[in-house]
Amino acid sequence: MIRALLRDRGFVVGAVIATGMVLVAVTAPLLAALAGQDYTTYHDTLLDSARGGVPIGAFGGVSGEHWLGVEPGTGRDLFARVVYGARVSLGVAVGATILEVLLGVGVGIAAGLGGRWADAGLSRVIDLVLSIPSLVLAISLLAIVPQDWPRPLILAVVIALLGWGGTARISRGETLSLRTRDYVAAAQVAGAPWWRVARREILPGLTAPILTYAALLLPTNMVAEAGLSFLGVGVRPPTPSWGQMLSTATTWFRADPAYVIIPGLLLFLTLLSFVLVANGLRRVLDPRQREILR
Amino acid sequence: MIGHLTRRIVGGAIVLLVLSALIYTLFYLAPSDPAILACGKGCTPERLADVRAAMGLADPVWTQYWHFLQGIFTGRDYSLGPTVRHCPAPCLGYSFETSQPVTTLLMDRLPVSFSLAFGAEILSLLLGIGAGLLSGTRRFRWFDRLVNGLVLAGYATPVFLVGLLLLLLFCVHLQWLPFPQYVPFTTDPLLWAQNLLLPWIALAVIQTAAYARLTRAGLQESLAEDHIRTARAYGIPERRILWRKALRGALLPLVTLTAVDLAGIITSAVLTETMFGLPGVGQLLVGAVNQIDLPVVVGVTLLTGLIMVLANTAADLLYAAVDPRVQLR
Repeated sequence: MIRALLRDRGFVVGAVIATGMVLVAVTAPLLAALAGQDYTTYHDTLLDSARGGVPIGAFGGVSGEHWLGVEPGTGRDLFARVVYGARVSLGVAVGATILEVLLGVGVGIAAGLGGRWADAGLSRVIDLVLSIPSLVLAISLLAIVPQDWPRPLILAVVIALLGWGGTARISRGETLSLRTRDYVAAAQVAGAPWWRVARREILPGLTAPILTYAALLLPTNMVAEAGLSFLGVGVRPPTPSWGQMLSTATTWFRADPAYVIIPGLLLFLTLLSFVLVANGLRRVLDPRQREILR
Repeated sequence: MIGHLTRRIVGGAIVLLVLSALIYTLFYLAPSDPAILACGKGCTPERLADVRAAMGLADPVWTQYWHFLQGIFTGRDYSLGPTVRHCPAPCLGYSFETSQPVTTLLMDRLPVSFSLAFGAEILSLLLGIGAGLLSGTRRFRWFDRLVNGLVLAGYATPVFLVGLLLLLLFCVHLQWLPFPQYVPFTTDPLLWAQNLLLPWIALAVIQTAAYARLTRAGLQESLAEDHIRTARAYGIPERRILWRKALRGALLPLVTLTAVDLAGIITSAVLTETMFGLPGVGQLLVGAVNQIDLPVVVGVTLLTGLIMVLANTAADLLYAAVDPRVQLR
């Protein structure tokens, strides 16, 4: 399987970039220390006050000290903000994806193994979750959550609560087809309790389809986080996130295009790398459906 | 058919009912005081007391919810101190922040969101089907690769990023277009289109490639079918086979997708509208969230829920209408 994956050029490129981004996120404090910067200190002297606070120098004030330049208006170091931003963007996306998989697989197996009534009831719930306008509800929910709760955690939970429907639907369908197999029936006849059937017989069969789906959920959740932060209901300042940087960039892009391009390019590259990984996984794990998306 | 339709409508109504109950309880049981939230930022103690009375917060939640539901069908009155504000049916609540019924606010904004969504959908369909036809009939490998790459890239690109880059390119760098500023269609159709062009393109960039790929796949599948071979054997010109027979089968999956995507654009228009400063429903929501104008937030959520339900139902019915093999029972 690994050999098949390594033959997929897109997968390899994606995996390399994705791993790099994860490393950046994990080692963010180290990288910032290496650059000798932090993400909160204002550097007024690097801004051109005559032009409304645009960084002095080429491409957003890139210099030996500030590797990616500084933020317009505040002069905070952009490199430090970008690496710490990777933490929020990736952390929220990974957290949300894990929660979605746990919730979705749990509900899906329960619906698939439970009786007719459990299935009917849970299926309605799944349908409901799938038909909710998730972005709108996420914005509204984030608006009423108390401001002093840990923001990245809330973001992950809200995204997951509105997005587990797909995982649940797939898990339910797979469980329904797996339970007709002889080995599952044998385990049931032998008197195995339902939770053992779920864990020993069903769960291994779910791994491949859920893995391919979850790989695609990760970039989706990253887009969701970026969007919510872009709209100003995501993480609170001074915590940086790529979406929130792009949101600030909307007021600065005329004067300081570099400030759009740096977080934008990073967001795009990271998302693309995850999509490539997901595409590669799907090709190998699900040969019937070689192409991803619809 | 009729039975199916009734069942869909009942099902949709249940979804909306549950959604509204969910939102209502969530928002009115939230840790923060709903009266303070509904009263808005510039809130005085007197107004707060009025709002609390007007919202009927002394009643239990289910009574409040019942009044809210009643208001949708019969309208309701909000007494704010000495003044009484009437909110005609369908009343989705009253915005104390802007002193207007939520329904009025929504109706004012809806044309903008619809302009955005329909224009973007039509543009992506035209481009997508065109590209799909081109690559489906003449097999250019590089073209297929390009489309595949664009599908992946489109999936990885948030709409506000495309929007920012488009603004940067066309409005700042090349200066071909002025910065978008919404003009109603009824005022000046040409200016309307000109100002919506960039938002349309931003949304289309993300969707076109998916449509192109679907069209291509559908076309190749239907060109390989028996009835096409028969038609060819009868000597019917290739062009006519393509347009009259193959295309119909190829576009089937697109029909259902269009309805769902359209709803998707409207419900996620928040991002596009904020990006381009379009005064649509999405921007209303963002404004309401920043002003903590709760009734508006509830109203927008319900409206988008309704649009989703309608689109899903429409997709089902359309599918049955276009594909005779699908039987609705």
